[in-house]
Amino acid sequence: MTTNTMTMSLNVTKIRQDFPNLHIQVHGKPLVYLDNAATTFKPKVVIDTILKHYQSGTSNVHRGIHYLSERATQDFETTREKVKDFINARKALEIIFTKGTTESINLVTNSYGRTFLQKGDEIIISGMEHHSNIVPWQILCEEKGCVLRVVPINDNGELIFGEFLKFLGPKTKLVSMVYVSNSLGTINPIKKVIEAAHRLKIPVLVDAAQAVSHIKVDVQDLDCDFLAFSGHKLFGPTGVGILYGKEELLEKMPPYQGGGDMIASVSFEKTTYNVLPHKFEAGTPNVADVIGLGAAIDYVQSIGLENIAEYEEELLAYGTKILKSILGLKLIGTAKHKASILSFILPSIHPHDLGTLVNEEGIAIRTGHHCTQPVMKRFNVPATARASLAFYNTKEELDRLVAAITKAKEIFSD
Amino acid sequence: MDYDSRTELYQQMILEHNKKPRNFHKIENATHTAEGYNPLCGDHINIYLQLKNDSIIDDISFIGDGCAISKASASMMTTALKGKTIEEANVLFDQFHKLIKGELVPERDKNALGKLTTFTGIWHFPARVKCASLCWHTMKGALNQVVKPVSTE
Repeated sequence: MTTNTMTMSLNVTKIRQDFPNLHIQVHGKPLVYLDNAATTFKPKVVIDTILKHYQSGTSNVHRGIHYLSERATQDFETTREKVKDFINARKALEIIFTKGTTESINLVTNSYGRTFLQKGDEIIISGMEHHSNIVPWQILCEEKGCVLRVVPINDNGELIFGEFLKFLGPKTKLVSMVYVSNSLGTINPIKKVIEAAHRLKIPVLVDAAQAVSHIKVDVQDLDCDFLAFSGHKLFGPTGVGILYGKEELLEKMPPYQGGGDMIASVSFEKTTYNVLPHKFEAGTPNVADVIGLGAAIDYVQSIGLENIAEYEEELLAYGTKILKSILGLKLIGTAKHKASILSFILPSIHPHDLGTLVNEEGIAIRTGHHCTQPVMKRFNVPATARASLAFYNTKEELDRLVAAITKAKEIFSD
Repeated sequence: MDYDSRTELYQQMILEHNKKPRNFHKIENATHTAEGYNPLCGDHINIYLQLKNDSIIDDISFIGDGCAISKASASMMTTALKGKTIEEANVLFDQFHKLIKGELVPERDKNALGKLTTFTGIWHFPARVKCASLCWHTMKGALNQVVKPVSTE
């Protein structure tokens, strides 16, 4: 293993030791985990941080004056600072903790959308959105009488930018677009999208769920107005997500949910709301997992996203090459700019049968529509098989995938 | 379950029915029909029934798109049900469901499943149970004259 991985930019052999879950057996074989777009494994330091919180640091935050509460509050707010630095936000108060990308998007549709959008207004998304960046807007459109416009994608799975420009107009009130497609791997020209929208003073929400673990995301450089992502796709725990929003936008938005922590004072006559970011964090937050996310960000930063991107690019090129060598295999998503996601179909084997058969070899891939049914329709397939790679994956693991696919093909041949 | 029996999901009979599905066509003058859909997989099936005297399945067929398990299951179901009474079909429906849930053991429990026992052990693959049962739910939907699509969800 070392010969292949040492030539690349990361010491993957060493990195793999940080992830306990990589070292389990499935059906008597060492696990090959290629479902990182669904969720990533957690390094031991993240698991230990959460364990430590529950074993010796349990407390609610922003409440008590006792030792534990002060410490938990400090750890919690330190994570906010870490997230701020990680995406290069101007201020920590622009970082809202949610339970995931989906909730982050729903926060914007409910608070910003329901306040500032009116009948006839248009919202632009792309044809490669995850359902979580389609359905909230459809709900809003139904309620307010807005119109959802969908920018088409080409046969390689790339955004047709010219069509996007044609959609922009005086009726456009918001653009919400995915940075990296979870089913195609396409990296969208999101900065260009934002620049074009801003020329018409249209705010842009970026779904960065798949981006943050592959690309260095800088919200000031992108100049996006909102950005959403999940902790669990960034080697952190499930149940915690981020909404970044520009301060001036968040300030004028009403609360998303009411409850504790989001108020300044409550009386039956008049309640006043807390300041940012607390205005959007009603109720006891997910303290342990937020702190765990802080540890995950530290871990990713210690490896460096530039190094990760470089290694994954090499892994993607290798995976693309060897998958293409399988007779009949067709890649779905062949964009010029791609993250390490390989979606494919085989003429003779349905993706679900393939998923079951490679699972028998200890290999975890995702099969199905990946919560992007419109993408499946666009490519006229019911489902795809998807191998999504992280920086702890290796060329040897991709070789095992190819061997398992070859074996499955033999079972399905005459 | 040991490793050998896990690999038995894709037995020769299932692979063969997948490749050459029986009764794979539309019955133009069907008396009963229903559409089934598994949103998780994208499996899609239409079942056509031709009932005689409102009680005997004179003819049964299917068309659709899906994985090998769903296709083979539909093919074998149509083969098993042709000529059966509705009552017998309902008995087979119940027995097949017990089989794929692991509640009916062919060697132990009396049953009329015949070749359908090929699907024994599928309960070891929880994600695939619905693939095998979609056609049966759809068939039942057709008998009940369900007009709207049947879903396994």
